[in-house]
Amino acid sequence: MIWNETKECMSRDELTAMQSARLVKLVDYVYHNVEFYRKKMQAVGLLPGDIKDINDICKLPFTTKDDLRDNYPFGLFAVPNSQIVRVHASSGTTGKATVVGYTRYDLDVWAECVARCLTMAGVSKDDIIQVAYGYGLFTGGLGAHSGAEKIGATVVPMSTGNSKKLTTMMLDFGVTAIACTPSYLLHIAELLENEGVVDQIKLKTAICGAEPWTEKMHRDIESRLNIHAHDIYGLSEIMGPGVACDCRFHKGLHVCEDHFYPEIINSATMTPQTVGETGELVFTTLTKQGIPLIRYRTKDLTSIDYAKCECGRTSARISRFKGRVDDMLIIRGVNVFPSQVEAALTEVPEVTPHYMMIVDRVNNLDTLEIQVEVDNKYFTDEIRGLEALTKKIGHTITQALGLSAKIKIVEPQTLVRSEGKAVHVIDKRKLY
Amino acid sequence: MMAKQLSVFIENRQGRLGEVLNVLKTNGVNIISLSLADTTEYGLLRLIVSDPELGKEKLSKEGFSTMLTDILVIGIPHKSGSLQELLTILSKENINIEYMYGLSIEGENASVVLKASDLEGAKKVLASYGVKLLSAEDISVL
Repeated sequence: MIWNETKECMSRDELTAMQSARLVKLVDYVYHNVEFYRKKMQAVGLLPGDIKDINDICKLPFTTKDDLRDNYPFGLFAVPNSQIVRVHASSGTTGKATVVGYTRYDLDVWAECVARCLTMAGVSKDDIIQVAYGYGLFTGGLGAHSGAEKIGATVVPMSTGNSKKLTTMMLDFGVTAIACTPSYLLHIAELLENEGVVDQIKLKTAICGAEPWTEKMHRDIESRLNIHAHDIYGLSEIMGPGVACDCRFHKGLHVCEDHFYPEIINSATMTPQTVGETGELVFTTLTKQGIPLIRYRTKDLTSIDYAKCECGRTSARISRFKGRVDDMLIIRGVNVFPSQVEAALTEVPEVTPHYMMIVDRVNNLDTLEIQVEVDNKYFTDEIRGLEALTKKIGHTITQALGLSAKIKIVEPQTLVRSEGKAVHVIDKRKLY
Repeated sequence: MMAKQLSVFIENRQGRLGEVLNVLKTNGVNIISLSLADTTEYGLLRLIVSDPELGKEKLSKEGFSTMLTDILVIGIPHKSGSLQELLTILSKENINIEYMYGLSIEGENASVVLKASDLEGAKKVLASYGVKLLSAEDISVL
């Protein structure tokens, strides 16, 4: 099934013409509505009229997460708040969150894109879908929810945090589809296996995203639950989940190209990679009103394929992700930057600025341990004192990351000192 | 008389305790008593040694988190019930014990190392009951 055949199966020429027209309009729009872009364009001597078609996109400067932080919270919005109907937020590289705003039109586009993705994954109005992404500032829950409602499926807004209730309802309601992180779905699979009820569930498809996953996890999910598992991609800066998704042929993720223009660049030279070559994924939001982004660097590494897919869609496909350009981690679906941990620790005088993050996956759930050294001045020989300190650090970290971590106090001088670029992360999960 | 306890933070790693003891051995610091409080992640080694200052200096130099803590070393008769009597005194005077461990049981007398919430208070109370407190010098010859 294809949700929007006109858009998803457009010929390349038609699509390019549409992208060109939208880009020209977008550049004119941001130039006149967002001071940040106007100044950036002026700095390189560009006027809106200089952008005549999609090929001119490479003349435009890039936008980064730091630009969003520098213009926190609403500085990059192109419309007054009276037209913004919702905001979402994700992790910033330091203390401040990355905030995005949506107009009513933006929310409609978002629901449309998610509807395409869910349809790609075989979901229709006849399905009962559990949305088990977090509902809230994170785009996962509400994003998947709107798309599922748009196609007319019966939505069960589970959110996260109660796996027992999820499995019970999955059985009792005859749930046929689920949207959640792949690691969480493996955890659910384990619960169902332990209860011996895998053969009683009606589940047929899963739409998994918000974190990278390996081909092995994909096979595991499909074989253990006897379902189809699909990879949905998105990031709040661009929109949220629904930017791209893979169809039943699993030959890359179809990008909603009429709304999000993808480029693959070499992050070192900032020049385009040739088609098929791996590089950093860059998106331009062609239709967004609230917070349009020009050539936004996702820092995700992938390659692109423009060949028509066996499913009939002509939209470009990005390959399974091959890593990150930066040191961002995704832990239990939450984006985490080591710099956030560093910033949080400076608020705790009892510890030195040295730290090590150990990320692992135990029973399919991500774990985060943060090792810290206690400053000798604050060392105490009372266990009560050390426990109180551990708790205090844990609280500070939870506040900063939106994620709980196990704090481990280690002996002084045992953590690696910065020699150039210090290694602050040991990720044992091998996700790429 | 207050005495000094040398406390050392050690991670639960193989061989770590041995390394602490090796530093003390190399520098001729004699261990008179010790207690090891353990949690799942780390241990706190509490030592009564012949020269706590020297021990601290050498261990710190080797990168260990160390500190000196005031504690009381109390001599009690080496017979059934004497420790209980001591604790009754402290409890009557509302002094909480944070931790305690045995030190020496040689001859007629035994002694215990005690860390109380109010160390000065404990000292006064015990003195008023005629309980014998050991000095650093007393300890170093044990």
